[in-house]
Amino acid sequence: MRLPFRGAIDCDVHVSPPGIGTLVPYLDAYWRERVGVQQLERLDLSMTSYPPTAPLSARPDWRPAQGPPGSDLALLQAKALDAFGTRFAILNCLWGAQALFAEDMAAALCRAVNDWIAAEWLDREPRLRASIMVPPQSPELAAEEIEHRAADLRFVQVLLLAGLDMPLGRRQYWPIFAAAQKHDLPVGIHAGSTYRHPPSASGWPSYLLEDYVSNTQAFAAQLGSLVSEGVFAKFRRLKVVLIESGFTWLPAFAWKFNKTWRGVRTEVPWVTRPPFDIIRDHVRLTMQPTDAPADAATVAEAVELLGSDELLLFASDFPHWQFDGDEVLPPGLPEPILQKILVDNPLSTYSRLKETVQ
Amino acid sequence: MSLELLEREKQAQTRLSVVDCDIHPIFRSESQVLPFLPARWREHMQTYRRHVRQGLHGTLTHPRMQVNRIDAVPPNGGPPGSDLDFMRIHHLDPNGVEWGMLQALAPAAYAERNLEFGAALATANNEWQIAEWIDKEPRLRGAIQVGQEWPEAAAAEIERRARDKRFVQVSMSPRADEPLGRRRYWPIFEACERNNLPIGLHVPGFGSGNASTPAGWPSFYLEEHQTFAYIIMGVFTSMVLEGVFERFKNLRLVLVEGGFAWVPALCWRLDKHWERMRSEVPHLKRPPSEYIREHIWYTTQPIEEPERPEDLVRIMEWIGWDRLLFSTDYPHWDFDDPRTVFKVRLPDDKKRMIFSENAKRVYGLA
Repeated sequence: MRLPFRGAIDCDVHVSPPGIGTLVPYLDAYWRERVGVQQLERLDLSMTSYPPTAPLSARPDWRPAQGPPGSDLALLQAKALDAFGTRFAILNCLWGAQALFAEDMAAALCRAVNDWIAAEWLDREPRLRASIMVPPQSPELAAEEIEHRAADLRFVQVLLLAGLDMPLGRRQYWPIFAAAQKHDLPVGIHAGSTYRHPPSASGWPSYLLEDYVSNTQAFAAQLGSLVSEGVFAKFRRLKVVLIESGFTWLPAFAWKFNKTWRGVRTEVPWVTRPPFDIIRDHVRLTMQPTDAPADAATVAEAVELLGSDELLLFASDFPHWQFDGDEVLPPGLPEPILQKILVDNPLSTYSRLKETVQ
Repeated sequence: MSLELLEREKQAQTRLSVVDCDIHPIFRSESQVLPFLPARWREHMQTYRRHVRQGLHGTLTHPRMQVNRIDAVPPNGGPPGSDLDFMRIHHLDPNGVEWGMLQALAPAAYAERNLEFGAALATANNEWQIAEWIDKEPRLRGAIQVGQEWPEAAAAEIERRARDKRFVQVSMSPRADEPLGRRRYWPIFEACERNNLPIGLHVPGFGSGNASTPAGWPSFYLEEHQTFAYIIMGVFTSMVLEGVFERFKNLRLVLVEGGFAWVPALCWRLDKHWERMRSEVPHLKRPPSEYIREHIWYTTQPIEEPERPEDLVRIMEWIGWDRLLFSTDYPHWDFDDPRTVFKVRLPDDKKRMIFSENAKRVYGLA
């Protein structure tokens, strides 16, 4: 399928290192030795949120012949970049370094993943850009990784997960936001959890399907936290991108948030405007999955409830299985908003893209 | 004409007649519950207090902005919601409450870690509802409180109360140890279905110990107030995906105070991803939204207020007009007034459904 506009920017494409062995060349001497001594190569650091073999994790026709989903550059080029005529695609790596308890090991593995992405993906394919994987276990080390990576303009975002140790607005996380804002990097929050807390507010669910559906609660809680704690009052240029969050849930959440805020706003005096207005200024959401029926009228109504045409960012979510065939865009979107979703909104969200376009 | 007279005349004109599906009766003080406990548990309560799953045993960890309407304080003392006479003149009469559904959330078995004490508290709560409220006021209807973590005792309590037709639903906690759809809770659903009692799920203050969001514990009451919706969404998802409604084909579930505007988007999400991963839940024979459409109802308070009020109509149409039950949450601060609850004009027949007909059908009120 050729998209209706040239130069679409795909804001969510996944890569995954096949294993720790792949990363050894990118580790420093100490960690290379630790890999040997501890035999870390035997560890499978794929995440519980996305078991590599599950239908969610890869479309049948987007699975590589070997290795985990998202480990084959040629497949990504053919099925995502060429197929959709993409100008840029942003790589997001979902991998277990963020879930470890030891923060030094997490930081070392995140750094190696980022180096691996630069060498094995960005150097080889000029249409690719990437998010910086950081160890949220230690906001200080995460900020250090952002500083270390910031000069490479092909890294356009900082990547976090919807389910971490604490809600992301908490002040402990602010070094990450300070570093991100300093370098014009939006903070991406991707679906998935390190399972420090049950993936549903009602407890530990039985099924992967249930975990996945419940991501909505986590995203809503993260928005609640970021706004309530005053992150956007402190970091006025900060953009947050909710990735693979779906978007049809947002209006109902934000209406309720607005209403409660009206009643109890003296508790958070730094929140001086209705939360939904703050969200529209600072928060963007990727297009997949579009959780709506396939009829054009309902999709159009669901998009209209967002109250802005600037919130949505085009995404294929390759190789995750969100749609079949070439239905990467839901029906019902009028042309003016399509242009914004495919090109304009991503460009204004990821200002670093513009710097490398000229 | 005095304001009071004007108000009375306005009420006569509108002839409000509502079923209020969420009213909170409150204990005047702990000494009011003690007579309903056996001596053994009376002593236990006075010695060991409640053994809950949070750092403070006597209060919530997010201090609320305010709990109650300031004007709901009874003139003769006691906390709001504790004086039936005052509730009559302050709420039931002026707001045209034809039937009021009690949600007596304390004392609660829900989060009590000592299961036997919890069962005694549930029994005491139910007997207090009879003695102090539904014996005295024929418009009020009770909810059988049960502690969900001891399903056998919960089922026995349901059997014990079910003959008293003034109990019209079962109240358990959506903040349970596990998502409520899981098998361990099915004996309770079996008892509900056997006795033709809907479940009225209201989020209590004290929880299971699980963080109130999947992202962890929030800092502010502003955030905690939103968690009621997440918790209810979690239970909603769990009960549908575990196949509770496939197994208990006549079970009815009323979600109280969790909001409803989120329902369409969550149904779309469930259907979409079920289609992709249905092999994980082969016990579901139909798309999740079909079970939801048949088995679940929602109370309206605190009603969501879209930026364009008319969008509420769209949400209600997507959910189904027959699914919504009016509620006030009296005497809490975020009370919805039946006169002003809808910021958009609804057709009269739809209003009648939401204000009373739907609830009468769900609860069999006549």
